[in-house]
Amino acid sequence: MTSTEIREFIEGAIAENPVMLFMKGSPEQPACGFSARTAACLNALGVRYAALDVLPDPRIREELTGLSNWPTVPQLFVKGELVGGCDIVTEMYESGELAELLGAEQPEDAEDAATQSEAPVGNGRVPLENRLDQ
Amino acid sequence: MPTSAELKQKIEAALPGALVSVEDLTGGGDHFRAEVVSDRFEGLSRIQQHKLVYDVFGADVGGPIHALSIKTSTSGGTQ
Repeated sequence: MTSTEIREFIEGAIAENPVMLFMKGSPEQPACGFSARTAACLNALGVRYAALDVLPDPRIREELTGLSNWPTVPQLFVKGELVGGCDIVTEMYESGELAELLGAEQPEDAEDAATQSEAPVGNGRVPLENRLDQ
Repeated sequence: MPTSAELKQKIEAALPGALVSVEDLTGGGDHFRAEVVSDRFEGLSRIQQHKLVYDVFGADVGGPIHALSIKTSTSGGTQ
């Protein structure tokens, strides 16, 4: 895959998936605490989302940060817009803004859920991790 | 290796009048947490506020600064 193809793939993933998370590792096996916490917020809200691991090829991260103008991973996109990384997503989760943005119900014990949740992950329509490796 | 004092100085220089505290989370000079209170954030979305802080460090974030956790607010309160 060329860098241009990777960039187009990322652009497509953001456009096609209303809730799109770029992370290190997978929601089931996050490879970084920040990615784990961000995925846990989405899991706790029970929303369906697509996730793409940036680790298999360094160019994924390069193209992503170039595209979003945001230096770190994870990055959460909702309806094509960058919402933020771990800090912003966690803050929005705790305040209930994330639930509102995603049209989900805010769990009663929101603070605990973000750190403890291991809810089953509702993957997006496209198993993105697999597609990019091929 | 960057230190929390250096990060604090750089943020203060870029955002005059800001109240800044920076913590080295691991003591290793690569994972930091910055709390920034500035009226420059007024009217900006969170993502724009955080970008103002990230922009201070350019490519250093994701490079020598492995992780920079940010919390921003205006003197009027957390936004």
